[in-house]
Amino acid sequence: MGPMRVMKILKCTKSVLPGFGPTMGYTLLYLSLVVLIPLSALLLKAAGLSWGEFLGAVAAPRVLASYRVTFGAALAAAGINAVFGVLVAWVLVRYPFPGKRLVDALVDLPFALPTAVAGITLATVYSANGWVGRHLEPHGIKVAFTPLGIVVAMTFIGLPFVVRTVQPVIEELDAEIEEAAACLGASRWQTFRRVLFPLLAPSVLTGFALAFARGVGEYGSIIFIAGNMPMVSEITPLIIITKLEQYDYAGATAVATVMLVASFVMLLVINMLQKWSRRYAE
Amino acid sequence: MSSTTENHTARHNGIRTVGEPAIVRWLLTAVAMAFLALFLALPLAAVFSQAFEKGWQTYLAALKEPDTLAAVKLTLLTAAVAVPFNLAFGVVASWAIAKFSFPGKNLLITLIDLPFSVSPVISGLIYVLIFGRQGWLGPWLEAHDLKIIFAVPGIILATVFVTFPFIARELIPLMESQGKDEEEAAIVLGASGLQTFFRVTLPNIRWGIIYGVILCNARAMGEFGAVSVVSGHIRGMTNTVPLQVEILYNEYNYTAAFAVASLLALLALVTLVVKSVAEWNVRRQMKSQERG
Repeated sequence: MGPMRVMKILKCTKSVLPGFGPTMGYTLLYLSLVVLIPLSALLLKAAGLSWGEFLGAVAAPRVLASYRVTFGAALAAAGINAVFGVLVAWVLVRYPFPGKRLVDALVDLPFALPTAVAGITLATVYSANGWVGRHLEPHGIKVAFTPLGIVVAMTFIGLPFVVRTVQPVIEELDAEIEEAAACLGASRWQTFRRVLFPLLAPSVLTGFALAFARGVGEYGSIIFIAGNMPMVSEITPLIIITKLEQYDYAGATAVATVMLVASFVMLLVINMLQKWSRRYAE
Repeated sequence: MSSTTENHTARHNGIRTVGEPAIVRWLLTAVAMAFLALFLALPLAAVFSQAFEKGWQTYLAALKEPDTLAAVKLTLLTAAVAVPFNLAFGVVASWAIAKFSFPGKNLLITLIDLPFSVSPVISGLIYVLIFGRQGWLGPWLEAHDLKIIFAVPGIILATVFVTFPFIARELIPLMESQGKDEEEAAIVLGASGLQTFFRVTLPNIRWGIIYGVILCNARAMGEFGAVSVVSGHIRGMTNTVPLQVEILYNEYNYTAAFAVASLLALLALVTLVVKSVAEWNVRRQMKSQERG
């Protein structure tokens, strides 16, 4: 670090307000103790494995199948949420209807409802004699204890991410743009597709990515409805738990490392998307 | 009624003059509500319906089970430790981040958010790798007869990890939007740092704190994946309420499972109400600050 850089930092932090040193020190200490050191424990443990051990764990057929199930279902659920989440956000911002504030608050239910509760209630509702399941069963549609059940659970937990990312952007849309499009002779659908959707797209993508990332890591709400059949409906987090229960710490660590790297990549993508949508908004 | 007055009232209500035909509006609203009913309202109603299926007596009996009561106690204890720790961190970190400028600020905010992008199962696993029997500190802990994994401290640690960002990520943008003029004025007028914080900053961020605390608490009491990894599932000892729900459900004791689950669903509803009120107050405060 050159002296210019040090000068710059000193200038940056110079403020009449006191307490930068102790509060920053505590922040870094607590962050390191609770988050950074434990997370690096995982990476260090993984680094201690040989290539053979690592590949043997992360590329076993059953584990590969779990990636397909987990990422595939998360993709499908995020897609469903991208469509219906935008619709819900649009209706909540634009159309007046009775009980709107109640509905608006209810959208956050998946954030507030513990995942185990969501898991057992979704499994019950979608099982063969459940409220929804018994209407699907005669048509040959099985949701509970199939990969479809995983999609349902991931849709549930991912919904607020899309709605809450898109909603403020719709609120900020300038009425003049739509009026101008209408004056120039565009139909309402044309206006939405050509004018509004491009403005919403970055936030929709951000919401999609957030819902996807949440779905990939989710455990509690899924295991009750998934059926957990190896190769068919077994998610990757469950593989980690199973390995742990068999005291296969090396295997659990290897698979967890793959998932952790995947979430870091998604975090990076989400950060870039958010920057992009912010630039778009200005 | 002439269309001009209609337009006028529409503008007054903040409704746009350019919009979809009424039939499209109804249709879209109906589809959106049907989706929310299917995915949110129905499962929520099912929790209570299943819990009360066999009447009040069975419901209350299920809640009075000693194992369930022990689980409630452990969950309350866990939240009572995890939330204050993360509250202190959230307030301190947001002071450092929002009131000062320094290089690497965005990186620091990303690191604080990190636990949100980690799978709950991994959040538990990392503590097993450190404190577990085969972990870094395992032999040392065993020699000193200390137990963290498969015991209460492990449950608290995992909970602190998963609820780590909630309060900080709420307070940082709020304090940034409020700037530091008021605090600087207080300092220049001779107030001490702590006086400034308690008299000036704290009243400004109190609804933000309530918002963060209620969400942090909901997650602390409801966390399943991370706690499941470190708990060891010892009945009446290391079972939190969500783990108790799982055990009862896996034993095909559905009524009891849903009775216990209904407690957590009630917690979720209370959380949503408090959160809405806090959110409304934060928004109002931010607006009045923009104006003032």
